[in-house]
Amino acid sequence: MSGLSRRQFIRVMLSASGALVVGVGPASAAFTPTVPMELLGEALTSLGAFVRIERNNRIVIGARGCEIGQGVITSLPMLVAEELDADWTRVRVEQLPYGYEIGPDGPTNRYGPQGAGGSTSITDGWKDLRQAGAVARWLLIEAAAQHWQLPHERISTEASHVVHPDGTRMPYAELVERAAAILPPAEPVPVKTPDQFRVIGKPARTVDARAIVTGQAQFGIDAYLGGALVAVMLRCPHLDGSVESVDDSDARKVAGVREVFALDGPVPGSSFDGNLAAGVVVLADNTWAALKGRNALKVTWKPGPWAEESTAKLEAQAAEAFKGEGVNVRTDGDMAAARKAAKRVLEARYQVPFLAHATMEPPAALIKIEPDRALFIGSLQNPSGASSVIANLTGLAREKIEIRMTRAGGGFGRRLENDYVAEAVMIAKKAGKPVKLLWTRDDDLRHDFYRPFGVHQMSATLDRKNQLTGFAHLCAATSLNYRIARKKERPPGQGCLEADDFPAGLLPNLDKRFFSLESGMPRGPWRAPLHTFHAFAVQSFIDEIAVETKQDAVALRLALLGEARELDYSGHGGPKFDTGRLAAVLSRCAEAIDWKRKRSDGRGVGIACHFTFGGYAAHAFEVSVDGRDLRIHRAICVADVGRVVNPLGVEAMMMGGTIDGISTALNLAITVKDGQVQQSSFGDYALGRMAQMPNEVEVIILPSELEPSGAGEMGIPSVAPALANAIYAATTVRVRKLPILPELNRLL
Amino acid sequence: MPSPPLKTGKQPSAPVAAAEPGPIELTINGETYRHSGAPDMPLLWYLRDVLRLTGSKFGCGVGQCGACTVHVDGKAQRSCLLPVSALAGQSITTIEGLASGEDLHAVQQAWVEEDVPQCGYCQAGQIMAAVDLLKRKAQPSDSDIAQLTNLCRCGTYPRIRKAVKRAAQLIAAARTAEAKP
Ligand code: FES
Ligand code: FES
Repeated sequence: MSGLSRRQFIRVMLSASGALVVGVGPASAAFTPTVPMELLGEALTSLGAFVRIERNNRIVIGARGCEIGQGVITSLPMLVAEELDADWTRVRVEQLPYGYEIGPDGPTNRYGPQGAGGSTSITDGWKDLRQAGAVARWLLIEAAAQHWQLPHERISTEASHVVHPDGTRMPYAELVERAAAILPPAEPVPVKTPDQFRVIGKPARTVDARAIVTGQAQFGIDAYLGGALVAVMLRCPHLDGSVESVDDSDARKVAGVREVFALDGPVPGSSFDGNLAAGVVVLADNTWAALKGRNALKVTWKPGPWAEESTAKLEAQAAEAFKGEGVNVRTDGDMAAARKAAKRVLEARYQVPFLAHATMEPPAALIKIEPDRALFIGSLQNPSGASSVIANLTGLAREKIEIRMTRAGGGFGRRLENDYVAEAVMIAKKAGKPVKLLWTRDDDLRHDFYRPFGVHQMSATLDRKNQLTGFAHLCAATSLNYRIARKKERPPGQGCLEADDFPAGLLPNLDKRFFSLESGMPRGPWRAPLHTFHAFAVQSFIDEIAVETKQDAVALRLALLGEARELDYSGHGGPKFDTGRLAAVLSRCAEAIDWKRKRSDGRGVGIACHFTFGGYAAHAFEVSVDGRDLRIHRAICVADVGRVVNPLGVEAMMMGGTIDGISTALNLAITVKDGQVQQSSFGDYALGRMAQMPNEVEVIILPSELEPSGAGEMGIPSVAPALANAIYAATTVRVRKLPILPELNRLL
Repeated sequence: MPSPPLKTGKQPSAPVAAAEPGPIELTINGETYRHSGAPDMPLLWYLRDVLRLTGSKFGCGVGQCGACTVHVDGKAQRSCLLPVSALAGQSITTIEGLASGEDLHAVQQAWVEEDVPQCGYCQAGQIMAAVDLLKRKAQPSDSDIAQLTNLCRCGTYPRIRKAVKRAAQLIAAARTAEAKP
């Protein structure tokens, strides 16, 4: 998705309430907005564009992104406010709905890119949202120029006012009518230079914090609609299994239960473009009745083709797989020759488990389907996907589907898949009524698109001088690209093993291969997909090499990274990877944790660094292990995400990523037995609680003038290896299997 | 159906489960409601489905996450575990009833000042749990704060810690101000 494309221009209109509205959209739609004029400015209706200047000089900025906790409801409007020179303290932000429409050149989105995935929101907005703000400001200045009969250049702006050269200030609101009559410039207008920034780079608190702390913020699960029945579903616990028989007589006796029916799952092996599992649906007047009805169901299931699958068997499959050739992911030089010539070859095998997303707000969806239109309200990360799913299943044109977006109680990649949207539509169609679908926690943990399971076989070749001459990374995993909905099948390694990840390009000999494991587990992106998956192996192994060759683990990494330069990087976040920026976060992190200082009292320090999606991060931890008790005394996260739009927001993401990383690395795994997911609650999928967490995460953001990258994902991949490395430093016990705590207990 | 007038929440438009023996009287955020639906309905679903007080969140339904935390007679309780029938005559406060009018409770204020929320979903429960903690421990230590067992998937724990301490200060300062006429 690009920023402001050739066809997208700035749209300007004057609403019926007299507010100036500026947005991006197809040029010819400039004066025929699809949102009726009368509705603009009304609460609970669509905000027609990004900027609305009201008569009292209050500026309302529309937030187009999916707010899943990554702070875009604050940071994206900041970009608009900056270029508009709006008084940020008086700006009100409103969530925009999904903006699909048919423009003169076909389907388009009147708000530009809206999804949340791959840490791209800020990078996109940096281009088009700043332009939207800049055009609004340009129009206001032009209006002032006409009013004061002065050249455009002599007028400046400040805090929602235009300023006359003699210092006279006039509120934007007074120029709204005149500005709306001016034709927006044909060419993009210049945006500010960084020295002119007043909003970007200044800490801004979450714009709707007050609504959150008073319980007023709306999440998808909070949407209700008169006449909608609550739907819950008992899903088949067997991967690709089906319903054999249902006895719903007791369920139907529960007061408030209205309907019970079976729903098919996807055809085994077919792509996941609908719901995820077969099951039995209970529809009731309220959630409690639906849940009681579900409890009263007696269902027998038919196990599917994966009845034999288990985590133990996947481990065995991986061991077997490595005997084969695998799929080449990247080859440099000649690793076989390097092995022959080597003085020493180091080997280690690491294992990472399936993971569930466990968003705090479980999947939920509200849908009302009418013959010629549909309304959907829910927590989304991928509204465009949701819109296609609804269109496919209802036969409605996408522009007839209204999608209202809300705050989402976490995303982490779970909501990139819209299976729960599809399920709600299927149920609503069958019931012939609006439906509010709710997933319970056990539904959520047992039916997810899991982060892949995999085993990493690492080797390193060393010459006589203990110099690293070659590096091999063989990865056997349940490919991420499994039954992907409506997409071309991608190469199997993609999503598990990044060709150009460190130390690729830094050594003469490299051998990276992928080995696909057979599994019926649905898989999908999980926060920093593939990076959390393989950084553990790479950054742990580098530490092992340092130990084995008696080198300092930071010095070894810095020596490998070498001179600051750009290397080609074909993965997401490329096209370049800057060795200097990675070295800088690593060095800063080492300094902050006082890396060189010898620890006593059984304390150990571990470090790791990683490049993800355009951002650079390093983590260091100081830990001790007392009996079986792991304590994290210090946690440091250093990041370089380019220019920072909202320092508070980036800090929160890095802190959150670090805590999420710790929680996941210590405790979390999804396992399979007899073709069924074994975890079903926060009891057996135990997210970290306050008591297990370090009191503080010291976050250091390196200043940068470079284009901003997102910050949602780079805060996590280096956590698990830094922790494992710290545990080794404290105990000389090497944890090569995640999650850490059960493995550490086994090894101690 | 709840007894009018409803001062908070929206008028429910979905019917409540069929009438069962005798309505249960509930006091929620100072208002009295009569529930004549299923007596075993957990308070969480009564708040959400019937009163449309959706600030209390569903995270697990089995007492493990704390997203549904409310106060019953001033003590933090997980509302997903409380059948309404057990609550007759007790005073319930939800996140919606914590502030006095426009004035945020000190804990809410501290949450805003420390910019605690990320996705925000767990935060109503976190705040209700923190208010309860501060009632028991006016100046909580780090290990007191570590007793908070509410889950946060976004990892806001370090900021929750800071906000609890800040709230303790705000409350202490308000007390001192009150003491001096
Ligand atoms: S919903 Fe009540 S504790 Fe989780
Ligand atoms: S802020 Fe998202 S779960 Fe706590």
